[in-house]
Amino acid sequence: MIRIISILVGLFFTLGLAWSFGNGAYTAITEPAPVTAEHEFHLVPKEVHFASDGPFGKFDRQQLQRGFQVYKEVCSACHSLRLVAFRDLAALGYNEAEVKAIAKGFQVPGIDPNTGEANMRPGLPTDYFPKPFANDVAARAANNNAIPPDLSLITKARHDGGPYVYSLLTGFQAQPAELLKEFPDAKTPNGLHYNPYFANLNLAMAPPLTADGQVQYGDGTKSTVDQMAKDVSAFLIWTAEPKLEKRKQTGWPVLGFLLFATVLGYMSYRSIWAEKKKKKA
Amino acid sequence: MSFPWAHEYTPSHPFMKWMDEKLPLPRLVYNSVGSGYPVPRNLNYFWNFGFLALACLGIQIVTGVILAMHYAANAGVAFDSVEHIMRDVNWGWMLRYAHANGASAFFVVIYIHIFRGFFYGSYKAPREMVWLLGVVIFLLMMATAFMGYVLPWGQMSFWGAKVITGLFSAIPLVGEPLQQWLLGGFAPDNASLNRFFSLHYLLPFVIVGVVVLHIWALHIPGSSNPTGVEVKSESDTVPFYPYYIAKDGWAMGLFAFLYCAMLFFFPNALGHPDNYVPANPMSTPAHIVPEWYFWPFYAILRAFTSDFFFIPAKLMGVLAMFSAILVWFFLPWLDRSPVRSGSYRPAFKKFFIILLIDVLILGYCGGAPAAEPYVMISQIAAIYYFAHFLIILPIVSSIERPDPLPFSITEAVLGSDEQAALAPAE
Repeated sequence: MIRIISILVGLFFTLGLAWSFGNGAYTAITEPAPVTAEHEFHLVPKEVHFASDGPFGKFDRQQLQRGFQVYKEVCSACHSLRLVAFRDLAALGYNEAEVKAIAKGFQVPGIDPNTGEANMRPGLPTDYFPKPFANDVAARAANNNAIPPDLSLITKARHDGGPYVYSLLTGFQAQPAELLKEFPDAKTPNGLHYNPYFANLNLAMAPPLTADGQVQYGDGTKSTVDQMAKDVSAFLIWTAEPKLEKRKQTGWPVLGFLLFATVLGYMSYRSIWAEKKKKKA
Repeated sequence: MSFPWAHEYTPSHPFMKWMDEKLPLPRLVYNSVGSGYPVPRNLNYFWNFGFLALACLGIQIVTGVILAMHYAANAGVAFDSVEHIMRDVNWGWMLRYAHANGASAFFVVIYIHIFRGFFYGSYKAPREMVWLLGVVIFLLMMATAFMGYVLPWGQMSFWGAKVITGLFSAIPLVGEPLQQWLLGGFAPDNASLNRFFSLHYLLPFVIVGVVVLHIWALHIPGSSNPTGVEVKSESDTVPFYPYYIAKDGWAMGLFAFLYCAMLFFFPNALGHPDNYVPANPMSTPAHIVPEWYFWPFYAILRAFTSDFFFIPAKLMGVLAMFSAILVWFFLPWLDRSPVRSGSYRPAFKKFFIILLIDVLILGYCGGAPAAEPYVMISQIAAIYYFAHFLIILPIVSSIERPDPLPFSITEAVLGSDEQAALAPAE
């Protein structure tokens, strides 16, 4: 009895699936899915290497400081960094006084101690990076109806995070002629900017890094657009996971210990089982 | 129950004697995982995964309890409280990665454990109850894992919760109200997050309870083994301690090595980047995908693209997805072969290998975008999935001719079995 029921239930599902398959196959043949400009022209991020890559990766603190400078002087005009506090910058190699000075350079929302009214005051190391816009509506109004995303986690929130940010920053270009020839309707709308590394190819952000020397580095590194893009991507890898270096450094002794323990475990297993494994002639 | 030759617990220390009279807890341990539990001597490494699953449950509970001390189940701050754990809590990043990757490790282990059962016929009499309880554990695990993934309140958390609770809306008449009742609102929000957190904390302890029953039920007939031939004499078994404690111990070391390699070097490889974007009800992700361990079932859900007579495609998908697991409950009665082990069933073995590949294909399609050719591939794979359990297994198991079985476990291991040959035939 159970076999008859089971075969009937099996037929119910397999026929339902076959019916879906038939319909799907018919649709696929009669109306093939249209090819889109995104499908044809979207590019995967460029190959780029960061000091923090790989199992032995470590942050290049000089680079992080340069990247922080790019964020401060360029990105922070529109993008918040709400999960990072000024105190966290000590990890980039700044000393206490430098962190205090950096914090002081930012105006953060405060309360006037005399009147209790909201005001702005210089930042303290315990403060978080202030937001460039009062709210999402203000952000949209100033940015062609797009909200500039918070950058704290951006390299973890996109596939291939670091290389993606680098590619996006260096990927702005004129819309290729072949694209317009193939997809006349896909012309980049006014106010948007063509970038093949962006999912739908057209992005509200204008190219932020436009000229070599836009940011003056203090350590003598030449600030080409490419260098600035790389540095700020490295900085954003750090903001997304400040504990990345510690994680990798912790991993090795853990694996070393486990390897040792596993070998010991295997040897005791062999010795305990030695008698039982012997085949009788 | 145990075999007559099982070692008897004999405490020698006066305190242990006193304890044994008042509360024979040491005796219970001795008889469950000590020398008092005789186990077939021929278990292969697939039999280590039950122990590993228990270890995973332990890792999840310990890391989870500590994470809960720092996490805030409120839609306004949940995302930031997770980042607080990652940035400001001492070793918080390690706990969170251990917990997130621990869930994946748990499912890797449990899937191997389940497929071990499929191949070696572990579901067959006299172990049906062990199997049924195991399927219950798996269902509880899936519910727990799903609700846990909602807690960080990222984009995939939110939209995953919306899609999965949306499945219930496919039920005729009561579907919509049922979905709203489950969520505590019209869309996932604070009420949903709070109840998911509460249940995510509760269910693991329910799992612990069912695991106790699972092991209890296992100890009635004793462990199965790769030959599927039941234990006949003392020479077929070895005591659990020290033999299998040693084997499980070193397997545990190997498992921990691989798990820690994931945790410390590729902690986000199995996660989705969108879950590092805070939940936003106004912005739907391009592809909503669940965690990898749900992919085969997600592929079955999405494989139904056309209404089947009067049944809407969505309802068909939901029925099929739940049936894909519920069918396991009937496995002991669908497979009629008296031979347990797939090693001695040539026809069954071939279909088993097809099933294994089939589930991997379903998994791949479930993680891929809902577009061609993935949908058509998953439709064919899903056809085989149901045909395997509901049509092929009942038929093949009654018509196939199994290979000859060894006389006993000892004979399978040593080539001859003097002790059993002398024993009177049953």
